[in-house]
Amino acid sequence: MKDADKKRLLREMLFARRFEERCYEAYVERNIGGFLHLYPGEEACAHGVLEAARTGHDYVITSYRDHIHAIKSGADPRAVMAELFARETGVSKGRGGSMHIFDVAHRFMGGYALVGGPFPLAAGIAKAIQMKGGDEICICFLGDAANNQGTFHESLNMAALWKLPVLYVCENNLYGIGTRIDRSTAVIDQYKRVAGYNIPSAQADGQDVELVHKAAVKAIRHVRGGKGPYFLELMTYRYRGHSMSDSNAYRTRTEERVWSKRDPIILLRDRLIKDGKLTLQEYKDMDTAILDEIEDGVIRFATESPEPHISEVEKYVLADNDPWVRGGVT
Amino acid sequence: MAQIMMWEAIRRAHDEEMANDPLVIAMGEDIAVAGGTYKATHGLYEKYGEQRVIDTPISENGFTGLGIGASFLGVRPIIEIMSVNFAWLAMDQLFNSAAKVRYMSGGQLLAPIVVRSPGGTAHQLGSQHSARMEKVFMGIAGLRVVTPSNPRQAYGLLKSAVRCNDPVFINEHELMYNMKGEVPEEEYFHPLVGSEITREGRDVTLFGYNISVHWCLQAADLLAQHHGIEAEVIDLYALSPLDRAGIRTSVTKTHRAVIVEEAEPAVGVGAEVMAILNEECFFELDAAPVRVSALNVPIPYNHALEKAALPDANDVVEAVRKMFGI
Repeated sequence: MKDADKKRLLREMLFARRFEERCYEAYVERNIGGFLHLYPGEEACAHGVLEAARTGHDYVITSYRDHIHAIKSGADPRAVMAELFARETGVSKGRGGSMHIFDVAHRFMGGYALVGGPFPLAAGIAKAIQMKGGDEICICFLGDAANNQGTFHESLNMAALWKLPVLYVCENNLYGIGTRIDRSTAVIDQYKRVAGYNIPSAQADGQDVELVHKAAVKAIRHVRGGKGPYFLELMTYRYRGHSMSDSNAYRTRTEERVWSKRDPIILLRDRLIKDGKLTLQEYKDMDTAILDEIEDGVIRFATESPEPHISEVEKYVLADNDPWVRGGVT
Repeated sequence: MAQIMMWEAIRRAHDEEMANDPLVIAMGEDIAVAGGTYKATHGLYEKYGEQRVIDTPISENGFTGLGIGASFLGVRPIIEIMSVNFAWLAMDQLFNSAAKVRYMSGGQLLAPIVVRSPGGTAHQLGSQHSARMEKVFMGIAGLRVVTPSNPRQAYGLLKSAVRCNDPVFINEHELMYNMKGEVPEEEYFHPLVGSEITREGRDVTLFGYNISVHWCLQAADLLAQHHGIEAEVIDLYALSPLDRAGIRTSVTKTHRAVIVEEAEPAVGVGAEVMAILNEECFFELDAAPVRVSALNVPIPYNHALEKAALPDANDVVEAVRKMFGI
């Protein structure tokens, strides 16, 4: 990876961190409602994988922890924040919320709130790609706990059976809501679980964006090459609770300290400084600029945007004036 | 007009829609090489190939979700769930994904899938193969629900459902695939909304759908022969949305209503039609509406018990006689 790309990735990951931290504040300020699942600690996963993909061309789908995957796919951070603020200018017009970020123009096919729900949807997107004969792939990001749903097994079986162009990325943050993986799951290494479906897989350090990228390049080459699905497990850690209602009491401070020493942003920053490609001052200036951009651009846009009209509450339930509803009569 | 069987009508709709659009696919358990449990996809595998006529694993939630995901990119899957009892397993994807994705994406994503599934009770299939689930589907916003009572509807509803941009659930019936009926020779698209007056009458309206339309028609004949009561029979082929105007119009004429359903009474079509009668035309009613339903039991295996649990034309006649005090 080129130094310029590393520096850009550092900035993108730092932006992601500050974006999510600002979401936390906005939630406390009651500008964001509902459930809010934040990404700090896991930034290298989405950034490393999607850096290796053709964003805007490849399809991306994920769970409810979706803000950063959408932004890295090309969504405007202002429209993502406006969605969280429930505004008409939000990516999903204020109808979705934090767990349902959609930006179909950038082929970000949504965040879904049922654990494991996107597994078959991703396989279906891949089926459509296969039928149409394009060179796109579908990338599905889900957490480790989703692998205990039936959809995991049903979808991996079909994806392998029909050689569908889908990359399943498992962000293994070691907790399913508040239950540690060894208390919920018989096999800790998730990449081993797909052997039963003859799907090639790998496990990588999810805190080091360069290693994630390297593993993703290999995975994507496999999938785009028409060889069927691939499963990539990334070992990572979320700093905050599962959602805002989670006090995080189930984890030890020691464990949190261990993981914070391998922070994906600090890891890349220090490497760039050590290599003489970045100074600490440049990093601090970058951070300041990001904080200003979030406050002056992102938050202001969301705050000043209008809410949806009450009169449109029934819009988008069913298709408008679809002639086939009346048997083809227009 | 040709007389064909229900399964042939459904097969013809598949064939025409697959010929019309290369993105229409059929998928489900045993539908390709075997041609479908009820022959609804017979011969299509040979004609359209394994990419478009797909035998799925027995993974109802998985393959329904796969169909929904494919529909995001413009593929139009006709998904057969072999028995409606198995559709319980696909509820997650049907309700959480297909029915909601258009709304929660602010109109960006459509899920134009068709799910067809035979429901109802057949002959001694027991508790877990006798579900009548239309009430469950029709309670969910974002999903259209239709249910054919004859081959013409089965053909035309499927044709329209494939082309409609909304997810559509088609509730078929295990016992009706060999029922014969007239289907137009030319291409025909049936509306996904509304209702049909199957028999004109002036004294009482019998509301039925799917198999219960036939019980209503038998009952109407008996009522006319033995009691001089002219019943109107309304076929509610569209269960969601229900035809409020059609329900109102008929009862405004007859002033009496009996709703006939194969399902248990609670939270069902009968309850919903009664609510509509209250909301739309309460003061037109000359008698309290009545519903004729199954008993609130899991369907028994024993033939006599099974029969006792289910309504039939005689129950409809009895309900009308009681309403008229005769």
